Amino acid sequence: MRYDSGLAGFNAGETRFERLMKRIHIDIPLFAGLITLSGVALVILYSASAQSFDVLLRQGIRLLLAMSVMLAIAQIHPRHFRFYSPLLYGVGVLLLVAVLVMGEIGKGAQRWLDLGVIRFQPSEILKLAVPMTVAWYLSECPVPPAFRHVAVAGVFIAIPVGLIAKQPDLGTAILVGAAGAVVVFLAGIRWLYLLVLGGGGAGLLPVVWHFLHDYQRDRVLMFLNPEADALGRGYHIIQSKIAIGSGGFYGKGWLQGSQAQLEFLPEKSTDFIFAVVAEEFGLIGCLGLLGIYLFIIGRCVHISLQAQDAYTRLLSGALTLTFFVYVFVNTGMVVGILPVVGVPLPLVSYGGTSMVTLLAGFGILMSIQTHRKLLPG
Amino acid sequence: MSIRAVRRLQNDVRVFQARIVFSVVLLLLAVGALVARLVYLQIVGHAHYATLSQDNRVKIAPLPPTRGIVYDRNGEVLADNVPSYSLELVPERIEDLDATIAELQALLGLSDEDVRRFRKLKAQHKSFESIPLKMRMDEEQIARFAVKQPFFPGVQIAVRMIRTYPYGELTAHAVGYVSRISEADLKTLDPSLYSGTYHIGKSGIEKTYESLLHGRTGHQELETNVQGRSIGVLNTVPPVPGADLRLSLDIALQRAATDALGEYNGAVVALEPATGRVLAFVSKPSFDPNPFVYGIPKADYDRLQASPERPLYNRALRGGYPPGSTVKPFEGLAGLEVGDIPADRRVSCPGYFQLPNSSHQYRDWRKGGHGAVDLKSAITQSCDVYFYKLALSVGIDKLSEFMGRFGFGKRTGVDIPGELPGVYPSKEWKKKHSKYPWFPGETVITGIGQGYVLVTPVQLARATAILANRGRVVTPRLLDAAQGGAGAAVRESGGDDLAIAPEHWDTVIQAMIDVVHSARGTAKSIAAGLSYHVAGKTGTAQVFSVGQGQKYRESEVSKEMRDHALFIAFAPAEQPRIAVAVLAEHGGHGGSVAAPVARAVMERYLNGGAP
Repeated sequence: MRYDSGLAGFNAGETRFERLMKRIHIDIPLFAGLITLSGVALVILYSASAQSFDVLLRQGIRLLLAMSVMLAIAQIHPRHFRFYSPLLYGVGVLLLVAVLVMGEIGKGAQRWLDLGVIRFQPSEILKLAVPMTVAWYLSECPVPPAFRHVAVAGVFIAIPVGLIAKQPDLGTAILVGAAGAVVVFLAGIRWLYLLVLGGGGAGLLPVVWHFLHDYQRDRVLMFLNPEADALGRGYHIIQSKIAIGSGGFYGKGWLQGSQAQLEFLPEKSTDFIFAVVAEEFGLIGCLGLLGIYLFIIGRCVHISLQAQDAYTRLLSGALTLTFFVYVFVNTGMVVGILPVVGVPLPLVSYGGTSMVTLLAGFGILMSIQTHRKLLPG
Repeated sequence: MSIRAVRRLQNDVRVFQARIVFSVVLLLLAVGALVARLVYLQIVGHAHYATLSQDNRVKIAPLPPTRGIVYDRNGEVLADNVPSYSLELVPERIEDLDATIAELQALLGLSDEDVRRFRKLKAQHKSFESIPLKMRMDEEQIARFAVKQPFFPGVQIAVRMIRTYPYGELTAHAVGYVSRISEADLKTLDPSLYSGTYHIGKSGIEKTYESLLHGRTGHQELETNVQGRSIGVLNTVPPVPGADLRLSLDIALQRAATDALGEYNGAVVALEPATGRVLAFVSKPSFDPNPFVYGIPKADYDRLQASPERPLYNRALRGGYPPGSTVKPFEGLAGLEVGDIPADRRVSCPGYFQLPNSSHQYRDWRKGGHGAVDLKSAITQSCDVYFYKLALSVGIDKLSEFMGRFGFGKRTGVDIPGELPGVYPSKEWKKKHSKYPWFPGETVITGIGQGYVLVTPVQLARATAILANRGRVVTPRLLDAAQGGAGAAVRESGGDDLAIAPEHWDTVIQAMIDVVHSARGTAKSIAAGLSYHVAGKTGTAQVFSVGQGQKYRESEVSKEMRDHALFIAFAPAEQPRIAVAVLAEHGGHGGSVAAPVARAVMERYLNGGAP
C-alpha cells in the first residue's frame, strides 16, 4: 500500500466546489459520511423515542452545535493542536481532580463539573487530550520507542484513566485508555513489549476486579451468564437478543418493532438503540448502518495514511481507531458478545454528551487533511 | 535533508503503515464477529426469537421456593407447609372476567370477601399470572368445579403449599405467622425475589428470619406460541428451598407454662442462662395464627382486635409492667457495688418511711414493719422500707445506670421483631418526658419497682439469666440452627461480663434462695418437694394506688384493678440451667400466684414431669 502524500491538492479536475470546501477546511467524503449518519440517526431515534418530536428537535440542535464545533476546529492548523496538547491534558487532569473533590453528583456518580453556565464532564476532554498528548510525546521519540518512552506514555495514560475509573465511569475509562493505547501501538511499540504488557494486563485482571464497584461486577457477571437473573438485571440482554433476533433479515419495518414500541426493550433510545435498528430494519439495516460507519472509518484511515508528520499520523490514526472502538463496544454489547458497559452508539444514541467530543475529533481529522503542505514527493 | 534522515523518515512511515494495516485487519475481524452474531440471531435464530417476541409476555414463569420448616428443640414441627387446593384465574385468558367470577361465585358459594380480595391481588399482579380466587377449597367445591372445568377456560385448581401452625395458639406470639404480601410489603421487598410467592413473614420468627425461610425463587423460560400457550420449557432454574429452622423453644415446656398460668392472663419467659436460648415464650391469651395465613375474615379480625383481653398483644415482648419487688435483688447489688452500702448494715423498718419535711408515708407491705433488717433479710422478706432508703442513698442516676447494665430500660435484642424497651427512669429521662423536675419521692418508689419503672417479661427473664450467670450478659435467642440456608451459622450471644465482686453475688443469690427455702421467705410455699435449690424473688405490682390511710383489700377491688403478680427465679441455684420470669396479670400476690407457675415450668424442664 503506497500513498503519494501531498499530491492530492494538485488534482487538475478539481471543481470550484471542491476548492471552496478545501478553503473552508471541509473534507467532503468525511463530511458526507457524517451528514448521512446523522440523518439516519434521527430517523432511528424518532422510532426509538416513541415518536417524540421533542427528542428529535433536541437531538437535532445538539447535532448542529457539535457540527459547528467540528468545523471551527477544522480551521485550526495541526501545529497548534500539537503545541497545546500537553496544556489541554494538564487542564483536563486538573478538572478531573476537581470533579473528584467537589464534583456535583450526577446519576449517583461524580462526573459533572458545574461551571454555572454550562455543565460538562471533564472526562470528555481527556478522550481527545490523551491521544493528543501521547502522540505529542511519542512523535519526538525514535521508532520503535524505547522501553522508557513506552513507560512515560503509560503514565500519561494511567493518570486520567485511574481518575475517571474512580468517578466511577468504567465505560469512559476504558475508552480513554484505549485511545492512548492505540497511539502507543501505532507509534511502533515492539511486539515483545506489547506481549509483555498484554500478559501483565491479564495478570492484573483479578486486582482490577477487586476495585470494581458492585454494579460494575454485576454487569460483567451478567454478561457471562445473563440467564442467571432473568427476572432482574439479565432482562436487558435477554430482551435485546429477542429484539434483534425477531427483526430477521428485512426487519419489522420502521415504527413496527414490537419489542421497542411496547417498551420491552430497556434504554432503547440510548445505549440499546442498535437493537431498535436490528428489530425494525433487520440484518439489512444493521449492515447498512455498519456500512456507513465503515465508510467514515475508511475515509479516516485514508486521512491518517496521508498525514505528513509523525504527530498528525499518530493522532489521526488513533482518533480513527478509537471511533471504531466506540462503535464496536456498543454494538458488541447490544448483540451480546461484549459486557454491558454504558457506552452510547456514537452519533446515533440520544443525548450523548460525547457528541461534541466525537465531532471535535472529526474536526481534527479534517484539519489534518486540509492543512497539508503541497510538497512535491 | 541527509540520506539517513530520509531513510529514517521512510522507515517511520512504513512502520506506521504496517500498524494501520494490522489494525484494519483486526477491525475487519471484529466487524466479521459482529456480522456473524447478527446473522446467527437474525437468520438462524429468527424463528425462535420471533416467537418469543410475538408473545413476549409469557416468557418467564417463576418457580416459588418451598418455605423452610420451623422445629422446636426436640424436632416437633411448629410451622409446616401442607398442600392446599385453590381456585386460580389467569385474567388475560378469560374473556369476561366479571361474568366468570359471578358464575363461579354461584357455583361454589364464594363469599364477597373472596372476590374483593381477588380484585386486590389482581391489581398487584400481571394479567398473565395465575391469581387465587378461593384458597383452601373443600372437597365438595373441588368436585363441583372439576365437573364444569371445560366451561371455564383460564380457571384452574392449583395445588399450593400453604403454611400451617400445628400448635396454633401455643406458638402464635413466638413463631408468629405468615400472611399475604401487602402493598406496604411490596414497597420494601425485591419483587423479582418474590414472584410466585404470595406469603411473607409478618411477625415473630417468621418475620425475623424471613430471608432464611423464604429461599430463592427459580424460574422457567417458557417457549410460547402466538396464543400464549406454552409449547415447551427452554430453560429451568430450580428454586432453592428456604432453610429449616430449629428453635430452642421446647413446645412441652411452652404448654406447661401456658397451662400453669391457669385462669390468669400474663406471660412466661424461660431462658437457658448460659446461652440466652429461649426455652419458653408465652403470652396469654393468644390467638390461632392459621386464619391469618389465608386471610382472616374481617369480622373475626375485628373481634380479636376489640377483645378486652387483647389476645393479639404480645405481652412477653411488648407489655410494660411495673416490676415491683422483683427488682430488689438487682437494686441490692447496686447498693453493694455503687452505693457503698455494706451487706450487713441494718436498717430499721417500722412499717413505713417518710422523707424529711414531709408527712407522706411510704408504706411497707407488712403493716407492722420488719424490724431491723440487713440486705439478705430485706430481700428474703421483701422489705420495702430497706429499698426506699437504699434508692435514696444510691441516688436515682447511679441506680438507673447500674440497672441498665442488667438491661432494664433497654431492648434485649431477642430475635422476635417489635420488642419495646420498657423504662428505668433517670433525671435525664424525666426531663425528656415531663415538664416537671425529678422529685425525691419518685426515687423512693423506684426502689420498689413502682412509679415510672416498666419492664417487659422478656427483659425480666434476661436480667434473671444475667443474675444466674453471675454477671455474664446474654441475649435471648430463639433460633438454634438453620439447615440448608445461607446463614446457617448461629451466633452465640453474650460474652460481656458485669464484673461485680463474687461475694456480692453470693449475698444476693443466697438471699434469693432464702426467698424460697427459708421459713421467712415470701415464696416458701413452693419449696416443698423440690429436689434442688431455687433462687427466686417475688413481686407484686400495683396497678392503682391506694389512698393515704386506706387499706388495699383484694376482695374489694375489681379484677382489672388488682395487683399484678410477678416472680423471677433460676434453678438449680448452684448450677443454673433455667431462668424464668412469670407475670400473672391481676394475679394478686407474687408469692402465691406467680411463684407456683415458675415452679411448674422449672420442674417440667429439670425433672421432665408435672410437680
